[in-house]
Amino acid sequence: MHAFAYARPTTLAEAVALLEVHGPEARLLAGGTDLVVRLRDGTARPSVVIDVKRIAELRPAIRQVGGHLVISAGTVMTDVMEDEQVRRHFPALVEAAEVVGSVQIRNRATLAGNICNASPAADTAPPLLVYGAEVVAHGAAGTRRIGLDEFFVRSGETTLEPGELLTAIELPLPARRMGAAHVRRTRRRGHDLASVTLCCGVDEAGVTRIAYGSVGPRPVRAIDESGTLADSAAPADAKAAVFERMFAAASPSPRSMRASPEYRLAMLRVLGARALATAIERLAGRERP
Amino acid sequence: MIPTYPIELSVNGRRRRVDVAAHHSLLDILRDDLELTGTKECCLVGECGACTVILDGRTVDSCLVLAVEADGAEITTVEGLAAAGQVSPLQQAFLDRGAVQCGFCIPGQLISAHVLLAGNPHPTVGEIQESLAGNLCRCGCYEQITDAVLATAEEAER
Repeated sequence: MHAFAYARPTTLAEAVALLEVHGPEARLLAGGTDLVVRLRDGTARPSVVIDVKRIAELRPAIRQVGGHLVISAGTVMTDVMEDEQVRRHFPALVEAAEVVGSVQIRNRATLAGNICNASPAADTAPPLLVYGAEVVAHGAAGTRRIGLDEFFVRSGETTLEPGELLTAIELPLPARRMGAAHVRRTRRRGHDLASVTLCCGVDEAGVTRIAYGSVGPRPVRAIDESGTLADSAAPADAKAAVFERMFAAASPSPRSMRASPEYRLAMLRVLGARALATAIERLAGRERP
Repeated sequence: MIPTYPIELSVNGRRRRVDVAAHHSLLDILRDDLELTGTKECCLVGECGACTVILDGRTVDSCLVLAVEADGAEITTVEGLAAAGQVSPLQQAFLDRGAVQCGFCIPGQLISAHVLLAGNPHPTVGEIQESLAGNLCRCGCYEQITDAVLATAEEAER
């Protein structure tokens, strides 16, 4: 690794001041499971690494605040998987967190880091999009909330402004009962990145949300408010037409080594249908979510 | 002149102070400064698990942790599993079941299995496989490793 300086702020104000001073020369360090790899291979060459794990406000915590579940930026995947409130209200997020890397990676990788890296293959992005997550960004100008769908731009790029850091992810507690499922396709079992990662949620009003990743430059969310997908009596061709509209934004890269565009587009439809069926079963209570 | 940062950590129950450069990993200082070479360096991207150690009760790939991040942490390496020169029952089971072939991945396998059994004394085969999925074995001793973990759990029950 190249040499760099290390800073360990203990307050948000200190972290923001460091970001102001160092600008693009600084990189934020949370779990390090992506950043340390990039520091080592030289694709990230910051002059200073700012470790956010000792910032009081970012310490691992999952709390209910008003109608939201607030997951602090220091919360790792293992914490997300083990939390009773997440398991009760957002089971598809648990399913996604469970397939990120290995035990060692999940003990270190933060949910916030998974989002901030903005990898198109981030497994937690589809459930967070389906559940309507917002991220809380903090900077010199104050705090703002960004809907996750407005957060992703393309691989590695988000709408965070220079000098801002993500402090928490907020999930609105579902107003309507919802069944949801996360599914993915990989080349091998174990800690491979997804060739397709997808989440489907169906609520009791018949609205179906599907979010998918690893089939384009950023994760995509599509919503069917017609009730067609949620209706088990709807004709197959009507459902197929809705799926086609929802998957229209998929544009897998022909240069990816993990899978061809043709394979990904085919699997997107298979996984979409499977996740929909599971989500409907879970909504009906035939399977415990 | 590269700046160094003084850190203090507990390794296998012993307080250690080290001056570290920010770009040195926890793996680097365990092996090079503290001369605990049981923890192995291999893929350096967090895929193989040869560098697995316990950090504050949870397994981590020490190649992906900067040494300076471990300031104040409690670390257990494979050297911490044996007590008073006696291998642990888990280590003995690895030997008895032929789980150790070339041996390079074993420190990491042992650490992952140790933490699994501490939290789940009676794991299923599926749970063992999932818990050790982050520890690759090029010799392909997965069956024997799984057997050794199961045998340790059964032995503990007696």
